[in-house]
Amino acid sequence: MFNGKIRAMKLNLSLAQIATKLGDVDANLEKHLTYIKQAKEQKTDLLVFPELSLTGYVLQDLVASVAHKPTDDDPVFKHLLKASHDLDLVVGFVDEDARHRFYIASAYLSGGKVLHVHHKVYLPTYGLFDEGRFFAWGDSIRSFDTRFGRVGMLICEDFWHASPPYLLWLDGADIMLFSSASPGRGLNDKEKLDSARWVERVSKAYASMFTAFVAHCNRVGFEDGLLFWGGATVNDPNGELLVQGPYFEEALTSVGLDLNQLRRSRARLPLLRDERTALVQKELDRILSRG
Amino acid sequence: MVDLTINTDVAHQILTGFIKSEVTRVGYSRAVINLSGGLDSAISCVLAVNALGAENVFALRLPYRTSSQDSLDHAQLIIDQFKIPNETIDISDMVDPLIKRDPNISNLRKGNIMARVRMIALYDQSEVFKGLPIGTSNKTEILLGYSTLWGDMASAINPIGDLYKTQARQLARSINVPAPIIDKPPSADLWEGQTDENELGFTYDEVDKLLYLLVDQRYSPQECIEEGFNEKFVTAVITRIRRNQFKRMMPPIAKLSNRTIGYDFLYLRDWGT
Repeated sequence: MFNGKIRAMKLNLSLAQIATKLGDVDANLEKHLTYIKQAKEQKTDLLVFPELSLTGYVLQDLVASVAHKPTDDDPVFKHLLKASHDLDLVVGFVDEDARHRFYIASAYLSGGKVLHVHHKVYLPTYGLFDEGRFFAWGDSIRSFDTRFGRVGMLICEDFWHASPPYLLWLDGADIMLFSSASPGRGLNDKEKLDSARWVERVSKAYASMFTAFVAHCNRVGFEDGLLFWGGATVNDPNGELLVQGPYFEEALTSVGLDLNQLRRSRARLPLLRDERTALVQKELDRILSRG
Repeated sequence: MVDLTINTDVAHQILTGFIKSEVTRVGYSRAVINLSGGLDSAISCVLAVNALGAENVFALRLPYRTSSQDSLDHAQLIIDQFKIPNETIDISDMVDPLIKRDPNISNLRKGNIMARVRMIALYDQSEVFKGLPIGTSNKTEILLGYSTLWGDMASAINPIGDLYKTQARQLARSINVPAPIIDKPPSADLWEGQTDENELGFTYDEVDKLLYLLVDQRYSPQECIEEGFNEKFVTAVITRIRRNQFKRMMPPIAKLSNRTIGYDFLYLRDWGT
């Protein structure tokens, strides 16, 4: 936890764009432990896995059977929490609450503890997506302190909406960790699929507008006819792309973040300083009270 | 106006990855394919070769006695160029007894029988070669229902079902499908002189553009007409799409219980893999 201590100024960040076995949590846990070992050997400080990395994505009626609780007596999380003594982890899973509601979730694990769990707040239920049929909607967007500074996590559709990254920014997040299970779609004459171009564009835009680090980790592999396209990215507070993983194949993509870049970028471009939150609130109050 | 150009490198990468993933994850390493001599099966075959290796693909030529020599020769071009294990089985002896039962049998019925006998031969060889049957239906024919249910539509996986015919042709060029196969008029070759475009009454070039607006871009019929498409043509195509929805679905099951296959028993085919 930050707790006013001087935080690390360098962060070795790795993004594990893995393929998963649909509904086979044990097999997926094994893959996580393999990537964790590899990342540890590379002296990774923080390793991010994609959305639903422990379960696979199109779960449908498998949801209840793959749910876990991020506690140290859970047969899956006990291994991950143990591993988090060596490096911080973000993993994707199905979270079941005490009243048996199931959420698409990301957990941030560090030093054997769960620092934060984010429940996906926007469940796409249109086109090829049917998440709202199978999952409960998350209802909070919070940043949280880590040994690298304040962090925010979002899952896929969450950052297709502008408000969640904006709220994380105002809540103090300087490092945004986005995870996805994004199916490739929109083939045309261009070199990239529409879905990849869109996500890369908004990731870069958030890094630029919020003068923050924005990392995106998307899974790979097929589920029936859906191909998840990978292409992990990290953008710095100037909106510059620092690193990009390959499309369509598993990879561990790593980059050393110089966290002092936050200071330099914001000295040059004080968008955070000048953000008029009271004005936002006043106008939102007016807009929402129209009835 | 409508540009159906695709990046064929991206398409090839995705579709070979799809074949490799979906064949191997169920414990297979091989594929079988009915190589008709036409464009679509040539594309699926070359994609399978590029995904799995030629030695892991088994190409079947399944001529009927009225099939054109061109069809056989063109299938052979693919087999020779890519060095694919293959077999030729004349289906006449299987088809004719059924056809002969009715002297008034229509071309449509004959064609359907041939397509379904080919399906039987394909699935039989699937067991012999231990390979999954690879589909050869493109998006245009699936939408128009221009195919035989449980016949040429039958397959384990279909790599080209999201490519319109004109896009499939672009992909064919990029993966070295021999020119005679790309350049000839598309035909199911179920009877002499049959061509798709004569039978359908419009060209693939026209209908693909219309389908792209209607299906991919969600244009209304009126908006398509405003884009310059003939009103009768638009109506005819929409009717065809609607009437052939049954070919794109598993048969509906009448619901009785609280949990019914097809409605609320929902798992992907890749469940557990």
